[in-house]
Amino acid sequence: MQRFLNDPDNIVDETVAGFVRAHSDIVQLDPNNSRVVVSRFAGGENRVGIVTGGGSGHEPAFLGYAGKNMVDAVAVGEIFSSPTAKSFHDAIKAADGGAGVAVLYGNYAGDNMNVKMAQKMAGKDGVDVQTVVANDDVCSAPLEEREKRRGVAGEIFMWKVGGAMAATGASLPAVITAAQKAINNCRSVGLGLGPCTLPAVGHPNFEIAAGKMEVGIGHHGEPGTHVEDLRSANEIADDMVKLVLDDHDLPAGTEVAVLVSGLGATPVNELYVLYDRIAGQIEARGLTLYRSLVGNYFTSLEMVGATLTVMALDDELKTLLDTDTISPGY
Amino acid sequence: MESIPNQGAGVIISEIAAMIVENKAYLSEIDGKIGDGDHGANMAKGFGRAAERLDPDGTLNDAMALLSGVLMSEIGGSMGPLYGMMFSDMADAVEGAEVIDAERFAQMIRAGLDGVQSIGSATVGDKTLVDTYVPAVDTFDAARARGDSFAEALSSMQRAAETGRDSTTDLVSKVGRSARLGERSRGVVDAGATSCCMILSGFATGIAARLA
Repeated sequence: MQRFLNDPDNIVDETVAGFVRAHSDIVQLDPNNSRVVVSRFAGGENRVGIVTGGGSGHEPAFLGYAGKNMVDAVAVGEIFSSPTAKSFHDAIKAADGGAGVAVLYGNYAGDNMNVKMAQKMAGKDGVDVQTVVANDDVCSAPLEEREKRRGVAGEIFMWKVGGAMAATGASLPAVITAAQKAINNCRSVGLGLGPCTLPAVGHPNFEIAAGKMEVGIGHHGEPGTHVEDLRSANEIADDMVKLVLDDHDLPAGTEVAVLVSGLGATPVNELYVLYDRIAGQIEARGLTLYRSLVGNYFTSLEMVGATLTVMALDDELKTLLDTDTISPGY
Repeated sequence: MESIPNQGAGVIISEIAAMIVENKAYLSEIDGKIGDGDHGANMAKGFGRAAERLDPDGTLNDAMALLSGVLMSEIGGSMGPLYGMMFSDMADAVEGAEVIDAERFAQMIRAGLDGVQSIGSATVGDKTLVDTYVPAVDTFDAARARGDSFAEALSSMQRAAETGRDSTTDLVSKVGRSARLGERSRGVVDAGATSCCMILSGFATGIAARLA
């Protein structure tokens, strides 16, 4: 694939520079750390701060979800690599308004370590930090071992709910409880049709052969449950719905929010082709669609493919989902 | 002489950094087979930057503390915090020491291992740097208990580290990104186990050369 590239070693800095310049009405760079993006609405007096962070290459995640009633500060890592503990710590400082900080992030080894260290550093500053670790990817581990599952696009609903809860003036434990409920109610699955390449490495870090697809693929190309022959969009949509809902066990009549995200190189129109069938299948199972998002919300460089996320809703989650948000990504 | 002065031992960290930078492409290549392929680049960036800033004529603990700071504040990923904690706890273990003798070195490498295990969740057999580190520390202690000289114990430690590194080839990854590959991770040496072996070997040869 041909790329818009200067020096691959500078690609993250250049991405962040362009991002904060383009969205300067909503975000700014932390003056003390060029790998921390801060919402212009951050640091509200006595409001719980919301922090996230992760590797780059997933844009608009993670930095695109900084904004009003969403995430207050985002730690930015190298491509597909956790931000440093220092960046998480600086993001916590930027988000802190005196009522504590909720760090809402995805379940990956590096992020777990760096957040843990940042939490320790922030504790020395006297900032109360609590975490929610997203684990919505159904194919990454069996349901009995949910704590081993990776976090994927369900994180967007977790940030949305956590940010909206913080905006009500709720306490840190209440924000954590709401964000935890959001991710507990999320199930996601990824489907890969083509691999992606780290610009600095130069060749794909996994293969998907022509005419094949990988079911259950992760956000960095982590292998899924199996590889099979590529089939029609409707058949794939049916499989994605089945994988997600068979893990969910929702009673008929449950209202749900649905997110269909492209992985980077899939045209948006194909996402709508998938969505149309997905929505029909979800309704056929007796569930009610309350809210749908379709687009490139959480990508993996130029991977070809899509993820489906379904979040079960209750009255509280519906209210929080309806809260106004201003952010480049949502 | 059975010890080296702490002052001036900062140069050993410079030598380890040079070895890591020299092996940048190799570490990325083996990481690329079951990981993202960025281990060499990240390690070379961290160790290279530290080497530019540290004082080789200074103490071992100052050099390790500086390296730890660079890894933790500028590298990230998994290796930043793991090696960052390792060198931070190693630095604490030798801070204030006039000389590094076998007993002090044993405390240092044990403290570094405790640091790694306090933040990571891996145990022996998970196909990580722990597979290099644990047998190296245990072998060093066993050599001392036998009454071996410092130089002999260092040499035994280095061989144990190499054996531990090589043992990861036949293992299935249990922790970190390559764990997602399951059986497909077998047959490739672990990149973290390899860089850990370079670090421990660097201590062994760097100290042994100065004991004479």
